[in-house]
Amino acid sequence: MKNVQKQKRANKSLPFFFRDEFRVSLIIILISLALLITTFTFDIVPPILNRGIQPATFPKALLVLIIVMTLLIYYLATKNPWKIEKKLPRSFFLTLSSFVIFVVVSKSLDFFLAISALSIFVSYCWGEKRLFYLLLVGIIFPIIVFIFFETILGLRFPPGIITNIYYS
Amino acid sequence: MLAPLFSSKLLLVLFFGTLFGLILGVLPGLGPTTGGALILPFTMTLDPLSAIVLLTSIYCAGTYGGAITAVLINTPGTPAAAATCLDGYPLAQKGEAGRALGMATVSSTVGGIFSVVILVFFAPILAQLAYEFGQPEYFALAIFGLTMLASIGEGSPIKNLIAGAFGILISTVGKDFMTSIDRFTFGINELTEGIGFIPVVVGLFAMSEMLTQSTLINQVFNRIALKAIKLPSKDDYKKTWKTILRSSGIGSFIGVLPAEGGTVASLIGYSEAKRFSKNPEEFGKGSIEGIAGAEAANNAATGGAMVPTLALGIPGSATTAVILTGLIIHGVRPGPDLFREQPDFLYGIFGAMLIANILFFIFGFFGAKIFARITLVPNKILWPMIFAVSVCGTYSLNQSIIDVWIMLFFGVLGFFMRRYGFSVVPVIIGLILGELVEGTLRQSLVIFDGSWLMFFTRPIALTFFILSLIALAFPLIRSRKLKKK
Repeated sequence: MKNVQKQKRANKSLPFFFRDEFRVSLIIILISLALLITTFTFDIVPPILNRGIQPATFPKALLVLIIVMTLLIYYLATKNPWKIEKKLPRSFFLTLSSFVIFVVVSKSLDFFLAISALSIFVSYCWGEKRLFYLLLVGIIFPIIVFIFFETILGLRFPPGIITNIYYS
Repeated sequence: MLAPLFSSKLLLVLFFGTLFGLILGVLPGLGPTTGGALILPFTMTLDPLSAIVLLTSIYCAGTYGGAITAVLINTPGTPAAAATCLDGYPLAQKGEAGRALGMATVSSTVGGIFSVVILVFFAPILAQLAYEFGQPEYFALAIFGLTMLASIGEGSPIKNLIAGAFGILISTVGKDFMTSIDRFTFGINELTEGIGFIPVVVGLFAMSEMLTQSTLINQVFNRIALKAIKLPSKDDYKKTWKTILRSSGIGSFIGVLPAEGGTVASLIGYSEAKRFSKNPEEFGKGSIEGIAGAEAANNAATGGAMVPTLALGIPGSATTAVILTGLIIHGVRPGPDLFREQPDFLYGIFGAMLIANILFFIFGFFGAKIFARITLVPNKILWPMIFAVSVCGTYSLNQSIIDVWIMLFFGVLGFFMRRYGFSVVPVIIGLILGELVEGTLRQSLVIFDGSWLMFFTRPIALTFFILSLIALAFPLIRSRKLKKK
């Protein structure tokens, strides 16, 4: 409890644009505004087909509600600041970047290869150095999962370098 | 009630569902919601009753399974077991892990069975009442559900409301179901069908947890050795029977409200156990009443949460939202008509929940030692495996790679939401209620010829709106009272 109070006090001493509550509120409001502008591009239904309200009205109302409530949480946070979160470690950014690598590899090369690469990469970054376990999570287990899904659900995975070899 | 279950196939499904649920519950970060979402594609190979029996047994057993990890490693296997840590772990540290787990097992089973009885009696009554509901009443009910979720859910009510509104906003992506006009599709063909429930659930729960685990790789768990589970002694029963019954009632009631189900129920059950206890000073130091209060409440919430899910089609928790999706995928429309047209199906679910509670008692009692060993699997091996299953599970439902990317996006979003105090549960409930909220609002406006004020001429709808206002005002009143104190 004391620790939380300390973190809150430390947060209060920061300039407002460095505080989490400001940055989080700003991001939510900017995204909501962008989406709100998008709603003005939605097609308008002629009155004869319109049932109740225009298709854009409901999302518009939701976005305005989100913006208003975000302003409210920011206002409340100026009185009672959020606690400062710890800095994210390197392993987090490596895991996050592995998600990006997964998207790129699954789109350009192969779905199986992407799963395999991510599994080995994450396991290694999280401290696993033993080759057998890296092979287990990166190759043996994904193969079992692939065969399991294919046999039970009759699933066909997207084409790619390795998947094509398997299917042919 | 049990007659529809007397087939070897259903009993086998129940057996494996309970076993799988226990494993999911024991593993910190996983749980019945993520597990249910991942198993959902596999239910397509089953008939509707078997599919829902599988999901409900995972729900019951998964909720209990969290207690094993809470007692032995001081980390709740599921959020609903957070209150169990407070006394379970200190008692285990005193060398009484078997006694702590014995009480957790017995109180979970009693709470679970109590809630099934509540479900059997109250779900048909609620369904009967729902015959009086038209579109405006359903709209008001959904609004009430969302405000309840915001006010009694974990964390800041305003943040919960934002998360709920965001969930509803996600449901508007794709073709408008009334006019077929594209909304938020940004020219991406795959988005015209909307954003699926499974990618969002798996992303918000499993992938965001994977990112959370990536920040904790240096964390070391001290696991307390377990010799064997001990059934509570006569003295323990004497001390706790009132607490178990009270918490079972509290859990069932909280479960019925559309909130965070077991998580909130266990916290209230725990604090009420402390308030009524003759020895409140023992709480937090290994009180057997604390374990009983938390565990009876969180398992009682399972049956309670199924009441609005089956009777109204409004989920009482994140896991029942998954079960609701399972029902819809299998062509079963929850609501009052289900009670009239398919009573056998419903009694099959009730019976399955009852048997699942008995089964997890047996599995827990004889197998807790083995289940506790699952926690020894290191995260650096476990999570890449969970990633592979999550990716294939998400891909399998629509065979769409876009779904997998959406899952990853929601994983990152969920991580940052949790980091800054936004609960992800309202997003799930908002997503599942989104179509109902918008659909009933628009149809009501057609009925009312565009007049918004007409909502207030309907007594049931008006009651729900007033209750929503009370629910919104409740946190404000509570914080003022606390300040005065």
